Amino acid sequence: MLAGQLADGRWALAGMWGEAEAVNLALLDSDSGGVADRSELAIATLPCPQGQFPSIALHHAPAHRLERAINDLFGLEPVGAPDDRLWLDHGRWGVHYPLGACTKSTEALQPYVFLGAEGEGLHQIPVGPVHAGIIEPGHFRFTANGETVVRLEERLGYTHKGIDSLMAGAPIDRAAQLAARVSGDSTVAYSIAFARAIEAALGVEIPDRAHWLRALMAELERIANHLGDIGAVCNDAAFALMHAHTSVLRERVLRTSNDCFGHRLMMDKAIPGGVNVDLDARGMEKIRSLLAVIREEFPRLIDLYDETASLQDRTVGTGFLAPALARQYACGGYIGRASGRSFDARRDFAYPPYDSLRFEVPLFKEGDVNARMWVRIREVEQSLGLIDQILTGIPSGAISVAVQPAGRICEGVSLVEGFRGDILCWLRLDPDGTIARCHLRDPSWFQWPLIEAAIEGNIVADFPLCNKSFNCSYSGHDI
Amino acid sequence: MAVKDIAFLDGLSIQTSQMLLVLILAPLLTGLVRSAKARLLRKQGPSVLQPYRDLLRLVRKEAVVAESASWLFRVVPYLVFAATWVAAALIPTFATGLLFSWSADLIVIIALLGSARFFLALAGLDVGTSFGGIGSSREAMIATLAEPALIMIVFTLALVAGSTQLSTIAGIMLAPGVGLRVSLGMALAALVIVAIAENARIPVDNPATHLELTMVHEAMVLEYSGRHLALIELASSLKLLLYISLIACVFFPWGLAPAGSPLYVHLLGAAAYAGKLAFAGLLLAGFETAIAKMRVFRVPDFLGAALMLGFLGVLLLFMSKSL
Repeated sequence: MLAGQLADGRWALAGMWGEAEAVNLALLDSDSGGVADRSELAIATLPCPQGQFPSIALHHAPAHRLERAINDLFGLEPVGAPDDRLWLDHGRWGVHYPLGACTKSTEALQPYVFLGAEGEGLHQIPVGPVHAGIIEPGHFRFTANGETVVRLEERLGYTHKGIDSLMAGAPIDRAAQLAARVSGDSTVAYSIAFARAIEAALGVEIPDRAHWLRALMAELERIANHLGDIGAVCNDAAFALMHAHTSVLRERVLRTSNDCFGHRLMMDKAIPGGVNVDLDARGMEKIRSLLAVIREEFPRLIDLYDETASLQDRTVGTGFLAPALARQYACGGYIGRASGRSFDARRDFAYPPYDSLRFEVPLFKEGDVNARMWVRIREVEQSLGLIDQILTGIPSGAISVAVQPAGRICEGVSLVEGFRGDILCWLRLDPDGTIARCHLRDPSWFQWPLIEAAIEGNIVADFPLCNKSFNCSYSGHDI
Repeated sequence: MAVKDIAFLDGLSIQTSQMLLVLILAPLLTGLVRSAKARLLRKQGPSVLQPYRDLLRLVRKEAVVAESASWLFRVVPYLVFAATWVAAALIPTFATGLLFSWSADLIVIIALLGSARFFLALAGLDVGTSFGGIGSSREAMIATLAEPALIMIVFTLALVAGSTQLSTIAGIMLAPGVGLRVSLGMALAALVIVAIAENARIPVDNPATHLELTMVHEAMVLEYSGRHLALIELASSLKLLLYISLIACVFFPWGLAPAGSPLYVHLLGAAAYAGKLAFAGLLLAGFETAIAKMRVFRVPDFLGAALMLGFLGVLLLFMSKSL
C-alpha cells in the first residue's frame, strides 16, 4: 500500500535503509505544498526475518539504488526488484553482506554489466573512476551518437568507507566524529543532523545559544560552498576569471571561520548537546566585516556572470531537469529548487533557530544550469541576511549541556538542510548510550540519478558543466 | 667572392638564425601567455620560463606507449614537429631575405600545417581510446571549416599582392600605396579567428582544462608522454608563434629587414619582431580571460564567420581592385 502511495506522489521517499532483520522507510509528506509551509516526516519499519522484503523500486524508481545498497550491506533481498546488480559492493571487500551474514566471498570478480543502448552509430565512452582533475572517483559510462548523449549510466561506490559498520557500537562522541566526516564539504550540516538525532533520541533540550551558533556555522558553510560552486561552474565553461574571484571570497569565509571557531571547515564544532566553541565579540566583529566584504564584491560578480554573453550561452538551457522528476525523486537543495520543488528543511521543519528567523527560499522553474546557478546566488544573499539576524539576535547563556545515556533503547531522527539539500539522520541507541545503528542519508542519493536524466540529449562536451551544476557528493553517497 | 655567393651566404645565415630563433622563442611565448593569464586572474603563476623546464622534464622522462599503438603512433610526433618547424621557419619574422623564401608560399605553409594535423588526428585514432577518437573527430570538424577559410584569406592576399609568396606580400604591404582596404581588414579578422581555432585557444578549446570530455587538441594527444609529448608540446608552441608571425608579417610588416640590408637593420627587425610577439601574446591572454568557451556545435558558426569574411574580401576585390 505504501509503495502505491509513493508511486501516486502522496508521499515522497526521504530515505530507505536496512537493519539486521528489518528495512526502514522514511516518508516525507509532500501534500503540504503551497498552503502550509510545514511538512511531516514518518518512519515505517518492515521486519523481514526471512531476509526478503517486497521491492519498492518496482513501483517507485527513486528506491532503486537504496534497495541495491541494502542488499549489498545486509543481504536483504528486495523481491521483484527490477535491477539485481550490486551497487556499493564492487567485489573487493573480501566479504559479502558485511552488516548482515558477513560471508566470505570466494568467487572471482565479476565485470559490471552496464545497461545497453541499441542503434546505429552508437559508441561507448567510459570516463573515470580516475579523472584528470583532483576530484572524487566515480565512473560514468556514456553511450553517444557522435556528440549527442543517448544514455549515461553512473557507477558509484568507490569511496565506500563503511561508516555504517564503524558506527555500530561506537560511543556518542566517536560517532559524532564519524558523522562529521561522511562528506567533508557538509561537515557542519552532518554534525548538526547527527546531534539533533541524538538529542531527539535522548530527549535533550540544548541551550538556545547553541542552536543559534549551529545555524551561524551552517550558514557560513553554505556561503563558502555556494561561492565555490558558482566559480567552479564558470570554470568548467573555461571562464576562469569568475573562479578566481569567488575563490578569493570563499577563502575569506574559510579564514574567518578559522579565526572564529578554530577550524576552516568548522569540523567537530557542533556536538551532541550543543556546540564546543563559543563566539566572542571579536569574532562577531570579524564576521560582520566579512559580510561587508561579500556584500561589496558579490553583486559585481553576479553582474559579471549575468553580462558575459559567452557564459550565458553555455548555461542557459543546458542540462534541463524536468520538474516532474525533481518532485518524484524528492530532490532537495538547489537542484530541486531550480526545478520548481519548493522544499527547504529549514523552513518546512522550522527547527530552531530558523523558526524565529526571516528568510526566503528561492525557487526557479527553468531547471537548467543557469537556474541552479541563480538558486545558489539567491541563497548566498539569503544566508548573508540570516547571519545578520543571528548576530543581532543571538541569546546569551550556556553553549552546551551534558548528554547522558537514557538507560533504555531509544531512537531519534532528524532532517537538516545542508548546502546540497536535506540530510536525514536516523539512529538507535543502546541502553549504555552506544550507537546500535545509525544511518546518514546524503541528499545526493536522490540527485545522482537525475543527472542521468538531465544529460540525455545534451552533448558529451556539456557533461562536466551539468555535473558541476549538480555537484553531488561521492563520499556522502558511498558512505 | 662573387656577389651571388655573398647573397647565398647572407640568406643562409638569416635562414639559420630564423630557424633557431623561432625554436627558442616559441616556449617563451607560451610561457608569456600563461603568465599573463595568471596575472589577470590575480594569481602569481609560474615563471615565463616554465615551458622550457617542462620540455626538459618531459625529454628526461620515459615515453610510455600504449600496447595497442602501432608504429604510426611513435612516428607522428617527429612528423608533426618537423612539419610545424619548417612552416614556422618559412615565414619572414624579422627579415625577408630568407634562403628558402622562394618556397615560402602561403599554400605550402597551409599544406604543411594540414599534414601535421592529419597525422596527429591519425595518431589520436591509432591508440583506440575513446578520448583520442573524440579529439580527432572534433579536430577534423574544426579543420574542415578552418582550412577553406584560410584558403579564402590567401586568395584575398594574393589578389592584393599579386603573389602568394610571403616575402613578396610583405614587401608590397610595406610599400606606400596599399593603404587601408576593406578586404584586408576582413582578411585580418578572418585570420585571427582561424588562428584562435587552429591553436586550440578559448573559445574553441581550452588549453588549460583537465576535463577530458571537453578537450579537443588535448584529448587527441592524451596518450602521449615523455619525449613524444615534449615534441608535440613544442610543436603546439611553434604553431602559436607561427600564426602570430604570419599575421605580423602580412598585416604589420613594419621593421622587417629587406634582403641585403646591413646587420643593424636585422637587429632592429628582430627587436620589432619580439615586440610584436609580446604584444600579441598579451592581447591573447586578455581575450581568453574575458570570454567563456563556446559549445562545441557553436564552433562552426564561429569559423563560418571567418569563411564568410574571407569570401567577402575576395568578392570585394573582384568588384574593385582598390577596395
